[in-house]
Amino acid sequence: MKVLVAVKRVIDYNARIRVKTDQTGVELANVKMSMNPFCEIAVEEALRLKEQKVAKEVVVVTVGPKSSQDTIRTALAMGADRGAHILTDTPLLPLNVAKLLAAVVMKESASLCLLGKQAIDDDCNQTGQMLAALLKWPQATFASKVEIDKAAQKARVTREVDGGLQTLLCGLPAVITTDLRLNQPRYATLPNIMKAKKKPIEVLTPEGLGVSLIDGYKRIKVEEPAKRKGGVMVASVAELMDKLKNEAKVL
Amino acid sequence: MLAIRQFARSASLQTILINFVRGAQTAAAISRNKDYAEIEVRDVAYFRDILGDRGVITDPDALQTLNKDWMGKYEGKSQLALKPQTAEQVSQILKHCNERQLAVVPQGGNTGLVGGSVPLFDEVVLATAAMNKVISFDPILGVLSCQSGCVLEQLDNHVGEQGHTMPLDLGAKGSCQIGGNVSTNAGGLRYLRYGSMHGNVTGLEVVLADGTILDLMSTLHKDNTGYDMKQMFIGAEGTLGIITKVAIQCPAKPSSVQVSYLAVPTFQHAQKVFQKAKQHLGEILSAFEFLDHHSLIITLKNLSFIKNPLPDTQTPIYLVVETSGSNAEHDYAKLEKFLEEAYEEEIIVDGTIAQDSGQQASIWALRENISEGLRHAGAVYKYDLSLPPNDMYKLVEETRARMKHLPVTVVGYGHMGDSNLHLNISAAKYDKEILSYIEPFVYEWTADKKGSISAEHGLGQMKPECIGYSKSAEAVQLMRRFKSLLDPNQILNPYKVLPEKNRNYKPHKHEHATAVTH
Repeated sequence: MKVLVAVKRVIDYNARIRVKTDQTGVELANVKMSMNPFCEIAVEEALRLKEQKVAKEVVVVTVGPKSSQDTIRTALAMGADRGAHILTDTPLLPLNVAKLLAAVVMKESASLCLLGKQAIDDDCNQTGQMLAALLKWPQATFASKVEIDKAAQKARVTREVDGGLQTLLCGLPAVITTDLRLNQPRYATLPNIMKAKKKPIEVLTPEGLGVSLIDGYKRIKVEEPAKRKGGVMVASVAELMDKLKNEAKVL
Repeated sequence: MLAIRQFARSASLQTILINFVRGAQTAAAISRNKDYAEIEVRDVAYFRDILGDRGVITDPDALQTLNKDWMGKYEGKSQLALKPQTAEQVSQILKHCNERQLAVVPQGGNTGLVGGSVPLFDEVVLATAAMNKVISFDPILGVLSCQSGCVLEQLDNHVGEQGHTMPLDLGAKGSCQIGGNVSTNAGGLRYLRYGSMHGNVTGLEVVLADGTILDLMSTLHKDNTGYDMKQMFIGAEGTLGIITKVAIQCPAKPSSVQVSYLAVPTFQHAQKVFQKAKQHLGEILSAFEFLDHHSLIITLKNLSFIKNPLPDTQTPIYLVVETSGSNAEHDYAKLEKFLEEAYEEEIIVDGTIAQDSGQQASIWALRENISEGLRHAGAVYKYDLSLPPNDMYKLVEETRARMKHLPVTVVGYGHMGDSNLHLNISAAKYDKEILSYIEPFVYEWTADKKGSISAEHGLGQMKPECIGYSKSAEAVQLMRRFKSLLDPNQILNPYKVLPEKNRNYKPHKHEHATAVTH
């Protein structure tokens, strides 16, 4: 079984986010970039499936400009077999990404597609779901546990939902998106980091894949959230009522 | 009121003897110096006048934490703690204590490892915690001015917002205060890159024993006008004056930090890795730490939040190598090349490069929490030694060999880049027999190699009598003269740093030493 894992290069989750002075976006220069944490979990899960001999090959794919290749290298250093880089400078809208991934899935004849549940830069939580719809595959999102029955061609996935945990049984091929508690990603060890340099990364383009990208929206402005105002101590209930009524105007 | 009368009576009736082991002299008791007065009601009233009720602590529960050190190894019997907010208040306090001959212990974050920040008897604790204001930070000069009670981590966050970093980092950063860091000439994890406090501190404000406020505050990098007096207070462990303000040079915050964790087959290999790191990584190398397998095991065992970065590899020695630079691509490429070469030459067996900040933090958490892991494991005998690189791990091996019949674990870790070994012996509890196998063996071994018996932790109350192992009699004599000059009534942090005058401490005989009795 071939497993395809989609990964995204984002600002490191510990980095301090600064908005550009012209309000067109966030400051990316000299900021540490890393693989999206949920994508890392997806890669780890794929590698575990390979170690369990459920998956035969793990292919990692990313969409983005030239710098996105770093993320593929990281995944290869963790143990993935091959990489595919869809080179494009257009903004990474979930629907566009889903269309491109669908094309790669068909090209690779993958039977399982793993993604992070969302990217920490846009928090969209859409790509996996859209991909499943485009492929007409079942989807199991927010996975906290994944069990593949290769013989029966089924996946049993436990999902984290608002009310607790839900277990789904779906047929393969399927799309699964990962949540935080699914696993703890491994460190990339030196022997693998060195082997990764020799692993192939195929460069593709939207045109080459026959995908036309939509230019759905235009970003007008990016600004920082309003600074939190300090709390005020009140001396009595009467004062509190007065402030709630006349200042905060919530009563 | 009643409580104060009671304790005053008890202190005068008994000589409080503390039986603890010091240096080469075992089981000799230090007794409370009768020259010091005892706290009286009028003293407390006077302090209340200056500081208000919030600045005067007499509650026994609150005092308990201030009387005990971080390791739980030392405990004093202070009945009074003061929390001034300004240098003027410190000045008034010290002036009064000097006139009354009341002994004072300055206390910052109380994270020291040699009992230097806690009283032995009823000394008054002067806590700097309320002096926690940042005065200014000049991002062009890169100099931070602040009160001495500011917590290191908070200062690092503050200057971090303006693209700078504090020039030191240690595991205690969440609690230690900059005044204490300066007073102990703290080393830490980035000494290799940023150097000593002696170089980074540009100015100090110090209150002397008689209450004089000595203004040595300056943000200048270069100032050769007369003797550089601030150097005397850096590392004096609060025995020459109380630091109330600090001006310190902060380097630019590196935009690219890479952290790697390596497994090496022997300590000799680790040294080869260090040499190679200096060649390949040179100007971007910011930390070079080592830990042995025993340290790893004890930390993993006692702290559940610590992860093993290389769970499938086991070697006697592990290294944490960090680079800090301005270009992530270049730095990563340099690090990768260096590691590949080291791997191909088989001087490292395995390793990992952290792929994101989470993994970086995780690797550092392992190294920074070894002390904490040891603390959870029970009693720990800590030794902080400067040794020639070739001898560093030999001491750990020899100590382990001579103690193998005892129920102890001997671990070694430390700042390999600074030739600074942290030798720790973990036992179920403190025990004289166990100690007898450690001291004076460790000190004599170190002195033989012309090392330091306290590389960065200082002498505190743990090691005054060991000073002879690393300093000549003439040097100690000169130190005593300075002390008498600045603190004639000896009220500042007594029983610490310099050995008591009435005690025979034997300086170690190397070629230049002469036997001394003071």
